[in-house]
Amino acid sequence: MTTPNTPSQNPTAEPTINKPAPVTPVLTKRWLSPTSWSLKTYEQLEGYSALRKALGGTPEQIVELVKASGLRGRGGAGFPAGVKWSFMPPNEDKPHYLVINADEGEPGTCKDIPLMMADPHSLIEGCVIASYAMRAHHCFIYVRGEALHCIRRLNAAVREAKAAGYLGRDILGSGFDLEIVVHAGAGAYICGEETALLDSLEGRRGQPRLKPPFPAAAGLYGAPTTINNVETIASVPFIVNGGADWFRTMGTEKSPGPKIYSISGHVTNPGQFEAPLGTTLRELLEMAGGMKDGVPLKFWTPGGSSTPMFTAEHLDVPLDFEGAAGAGSMLGTTAVMVFNETVSVPWAVMKWSQFYEHESCGKCTPCREGTYWLTGILERMLDGKGTPGDIDTLLDICDNILGRSFCALGDGAVSPITSGIKYFRDEFLALCAKNTGDQNAATASPALAGAHS
Amino acid sequence: MTGSNTGSTYGGSSVGAGTTHQETVGDTDVLGISPVAAEHLVTEFVEDLSVFDGIVAKARAIVLRYPDSRSALLPMLHLVQSVEGRVSQAGIQFCAAQLDLAPAEVSAVATFYTMYKRKTCGEHLVSVCTNTLCAALGGDDIYNKLGEHLGEDGKKLGHNETVGEPGAPGSVTLEHAECLAACDLGPVIQVNYEYFDNQTADSAVALVDALRAGEKPAPTRGAPLRDFRTAELELAGFWPEDEADYRASVDGPSAAVETLRGAKLAEDRGWTAKPYPAKAPLPEVEKK
Repeated sequence: MTTPNTPSQNPTAEPTINKPAPVTPVLTKRWLSPTSWSLKTYEQLEGYSALRKALGGTPEQIVELVKASGLRGRGGAGFPAGVKWSFMPPNEDKPHYLVINADEGEPGTCKDIPLMMADPHSLIEGCVIASYAMRAHHCFIYVRGEALHCIRRLNAAVREAKAAGYLGRDILGSGFDLEIVVHAGAGAYICGEETALLDSLEGRRGQPRLKPPFPAAAGLYGAPTTINNVETIASVPFIVNGGADWFRTMGTEKSPGPKIYSISGHVTNPGQFEAPLGTTLRELLEMAGGMKDGVPLKFWTPGGSSTPMFTAEHLDVPLDFEGAAGAGSMLGTTAVMVFNETVSVPWAVMKWSQFYEHESCGKCTPCREGTYWLTGILERMLDGKGTPGDIDTLLDICDNILGRSFCALGDGAVSPITSGIKYFRDEFLALCAKNTGDQNAATASPALAGAHS
Repeated sequence: MTGSNTGSTYGGSSVGAGTTHQETVGDTDVLGISPVAAEHLVTEFVEDLSVFDGIVAKARAIVLRYPDSRSALLPMLHLVQSVEGRVSQAGIQFCAAQLDLAPAEVSAVATFYTMYKRKTCGEHLVSVCTNTLCAALGGDDIYNKLGEHLGEDGKKLGHNETVGEPGAPGSVTLEHAECLAACDLGPVIQVNYEYFDNQTADSAVALVDALRAGEKPAPTRGAPLRDFRTAELELAGFWPEDEADYRASVDGPSAAVETLRGAKLAEDRGWTAKPYPAKAPLPEVEKK
């Protein structure tokens, strides 16, 4: 077992000829400036220079640039952004829309909210460039309602940008028009799912749509639509200014660029660390001052509660899309939640299950019913009334949700349970210890499994 | 279906044995057996909408933001909450009338989203994150402590319950919330959706005591504290008209130590991303 408190590798001691620095502030580089959210500060720090450059080129050139940069979606799925943009039809038979997914709510995820508070203009500039590339003249930023201060800052940024001619009609004399609307959600995790977000933006219950048709063919109001995460779009101005090769000086061949890692939980100095993709937890812990009070690491998530948990065995897994997947999880939103030995895994899993049960939209049966029963069983186990058979029942239900639910919420709901049981089955068994002597309880009829006693 | 129903469907029960369900079981006194007080079982949906006279212009302004009027529904529900502190039947009818929707369509949306409250909210809404990470850091304790502290007559204040006359000065509604996306600053509380970061049970008690006493403690991140209804007005997209108030709210703090941790570390150690190349032309593409 490795000891996360005393990392063996010191990032500063390594040769740095071609290696990027351990922390590479790009998206975060303006955050230390006073009133970083104001247009004045933004313009002094290269702000809107990428827009001028982009408007001097063609939409096809921008799409090609973003493709060449290898920028992958920062909302969790990692789909190549330039490829997604290229799905938008070249004609304008119907209006095109760009929708920004700023419905940050995945447990552990806290990168887009600080970004929108600290540097809203980078998102606005990215929106204008991306809209130009996709021939959209209407862009919506769907922000979760609880992020009021972000909504405020974004509105102020839109107002300033419009007054300065970066938004509205004939932007910077290019003939390109764009309106941006900042839209507040109303408290529903499911609206982070892109098609549920579209339904919500259309004034409906946020429930996912069947795909295909994909949004590029029939999205908002049935028109061609691209939905991108905040961090993805905010990266675009830097790629336009620096070029694809510069962007690729950070990260890996298949996962290029910098990424905001959000480290939370039982570490000495939690916070936001923008580092090249492929950074490991060992390196992140070094930056975050190690485990809090020296209490050893027990489990962690690489990118939110929907990504299967890791343990201290995984300290050196490169946190990029391939590395996390290769080790049996997903990169997700790089929401690195760190839990020490004091935390019970079944308890954590139960809490997450309660979350998924609450947030299940109810549209499909596997997720709606599955999350209800999973939570009931876990609550009963935590209440000391579980049996070893419950573990099999949990896994059986998970098996019936994974890949069978309408959208990825169901898949996410099973991740903590299956990974928790995979690495910490003994803890689940220990909850049943006082019931294992009772053979009737241990072999209870499956028909009763999950029932609240 | 005709009268051939044998009644066997329900395991031999008499239900369904008659020609129609009603013939079999007779009339039920719905009001008599309802667990809900009779005044809440509205049979005729005709509400007095005059309470919303002051926001008609705002409602129309919301509609103009969108290519399709129905997109205005979520902000409009925030707008009616800014008037009543909840979404009432009247609020639902108001939105329906503005958007040419059926009240049932608006109801279906209003009941889907957590932020639309069916009971009148206090002057302040206190949301405590009790998702796993915040809970592990003390969020559960904070929520329990606040429930006990704000409770009366030995009864804890529960989820979505209010202490004080709802809407009156010093009234506080308590709720437990799902992840509020401030995990590096946990345990976290929001008051009217402004952040109060790195809380403890003691600091949370001091916070609600101040709110109860009519004070407006400054959030760690967010605008100077107002009340729930003002926050709802902002969520509907309406900002302070007074320029000084507007600037003060936009310029409210946001840069927590945690937020800046990576950027500060890089600055201290001289770490940067590589500089841009001297020239980075846009790629050439074939003309179509």
